[in-house]
Amino acid sequence: MTTDKPLTQHINQDKPLAMPEYIDVGGYRSVDKILQQMSAQDVQDVVKDSGLKGRGGAGFPTAMKWSFVPKFEDTDPRSGDDKYLICNADEMEPGTFKDRWLLEGVPHQLIEAMIIASYAIGANKAFIFLRGEYHLAAKRLQQALDEAYQQGYLGDNIRNSGYQLDLYLHTSAGRYICGEETALINALEGQRANPRAKPPFPQVSGLFGKPTIVNNVETLCNLPHIINHGADWFKQLSNNDDAGTKIYSVSGRVQRPGLWELPMGITVRELLYQRAGGLSPGLNLKGFLPGGASTDFLTVEHLDLVLGYDEVSAAGSRLGTGGIIVLDDQNCPVAMVLNLLKFFAQESCGFCTPCRDGTAWAVDALTRIEQGQGSQQDLDNLHKLCDFMWLGKTHCALAPGAVEPLQSALKYFHDDFEQHIDKGCCPYSGHH
Amino acid sequence: MSLATNLPRVGEGNINLVQLSYRDYLSVEEINAIEHEVAILGQRQAAGIEAMKLVQKNRGWISDDCLYAVADLLQMPASQLEGIATFYNLIYRQPVGRYVIHLCDSISCHLTGFAQVSEAIKEYLGIDYGETTSDGMFTLLTNACLGSCDKAPAMMIGEDHFEHLTPQSATDILRQLCAENDKDELNLRE
Ligand SMILES: Cc1cc2nc3c(=O)[nH]c(=O)nc-3n(C[C@H](O)[C@H](O)[C@H](O)COP(=O)(O)O)c2cc1C
Ligand code: FES
Repeated sequence: MTTDKPLTQHINQDKPLAMPEYIDVGGYRSVDKILQQMSAQDVQDVVKDSGLKGRGGAGFPTAMKWSFVPKFEDTDPRSGDDKYLICNADEMEPGTFKDRWLLEGVPHQLIEAMIIASYAIGANKAFIFLRGEYHLAAKRLQQALDEAYQQGYLGDNIRNSGYQLDLYLHTSAGRYICGEETALINALEGQRANPRAKPPFPQVSGLFGKPTIVNNVETLCNLPHIINHGADWFKQLSNNDDAGTKIYSVSGRVQRPGLWELPMGITVRELLYQRAGGLSPGLNLKGFLPGGASTDFLTVEHLDLVLGYDEVSAAGSRLGTGGIIVLDDQNCPVAMVLNLLKFFAQESCGFCTPCRDGTAWAVDALTRIEQGQGSQQDLDNLHKLCDFMWLGKTHCALAPGAVEPLQSALKYFHDDFEQHIDKGCCPYSGHH
Repeated sequence: MSLATNLPRVGEGNINLVQLSYRDYLSVEEINAIEHEVAILGQRQAAGIEAMKLVQKNRGWISDDCLYAVADLLQMPASQLEGIATFYNLIYRQPVGRYVIHLCDSISCHLTGFAQVSEAIKEYLGIDYGETTSDGMFTLLTNACLGSCDKAPAMMIGEDHFEHLTPQSATDILRQLCAENDKDELNLRE
């Protein structure tokens, strides 16, 4: 029996399935299958054929990432070296709350998935890097981990296969930059979470200098279903060229904010109006961020846009995390961008100058404009900052992520910025 | 006696000062829990964040004494651990109240009424962000997105999360905590 909602079919937010119940509905079957019938390469191949792309924001093909982990001949002295799998459960991108649903609602699915991924890359040690604020998820994951150890799905000689995997939960102490994969590795090593320079890429030299794969929660949770039902099944779930389903979400002032697992490649209109019920009474749509705080604004003209990786990029933004944040016509766009930039300024790790100072300057200029004390000079400076903080000029992708909503707001909501400056006040609140 | 004040000072030339041990400051349970983390990660210094979280859970915040003690246990410079402590939002290097309120100030909450909730809480407590009430009950802080964006505005107090906040419901929650605290104290006295 197959489903069109593989990721969320067994979610129970109030009381997630315990291990025996989860096994009763088919859980951990994929682990038995790979251990008995498939080599690590077989697993990599089926994931490659499935077309699975990373759901952490960048959409990088998962099997390709795995393939960069070195494979040594048995005779090579490095063949016995440690390798690590890390699940990125740091979800701190404002307006993104999909991983929390999977972590709290069906923790065993993630553990099952991580056994598959670890086996595929030859790792014997894996970590779940969970943001510190997700207390309920931490409790449920730890309980699920304990059960999996007791039932012989984790630890030495899993299911008498000879394969060994230790899986640990690490809870973070709160910092957005920890979600960047090399910063995450530093955090796991107990250091300040400054991102590392690449290359070397973590796939070659990551945690404690060993080959390391970092994958997002949602990415990983697809694996058991790909193993069970195959690559072709996975591909036919979607409406576009991206395979599988996607957990989309909508927040802001809409009738029914929430989360939905839907075929990859539905339209903005379907998500916003059929699922989220449209804007709250009396409000109209002004714009939206399609995939979390660090994506470019889109507007009313993009309602029929298909929410796939290539399609959203072609429209000048990114699918990102699939978390739509709606701007209505009675919330001030300048205030919205100011809020976003404050977040990035606060969460900048401070390592590189363009990001540390640029985000703070942007906050200063936006504050002046929002308070009615801004000038054309401020507006010009904001445009310049978008250039100074762009890709290739900063140490990591945090600052470019801050630029995306800023540059697109300057483009689409130009009149609003001008009005703030001309009138000397915020036209949305009337305060001076 | 504080460990911090007992460290040798530059210019004192007192090389006989006894280096106090982490054992004087950390409980056996704390030491065992930290050593467990060290064993998992395989490197002593890698456990720094977990260690501070463990100690903070017992003591509310990371005092200088705690910082020196944990650094001693993990065999790392205290200055390095301080650099880590101050990097992370959820490690408190100042005393905090019995309840630490983390009100989400990120975008979905901003769009759905953060400002009004924030004003109501500040007025009710009579403090601003980064401050603690004079009775030591509440510390008020902001937090980045709590993952409750579809149920915004949201806040976290300790390990409890509250959603769909209004100025009324937010202050009711604080009032409730005060009432529970009073009851606890009454029980203690009786
Ligand atoms: C500033 C910043 C924050 C990030 N935060 C997260 C996060 O919270 N969760 C996540 O999965 N990926 C996050 N990423 C992306 C990761 O670096 C990485 O690409 C991702 O975890 C890879 O997983 P995937 O291949 O499964 O998508 C972040 C990236 C940047 C630059
Ligand atoms: S923005 Fe406040 S919970 Fe996400």
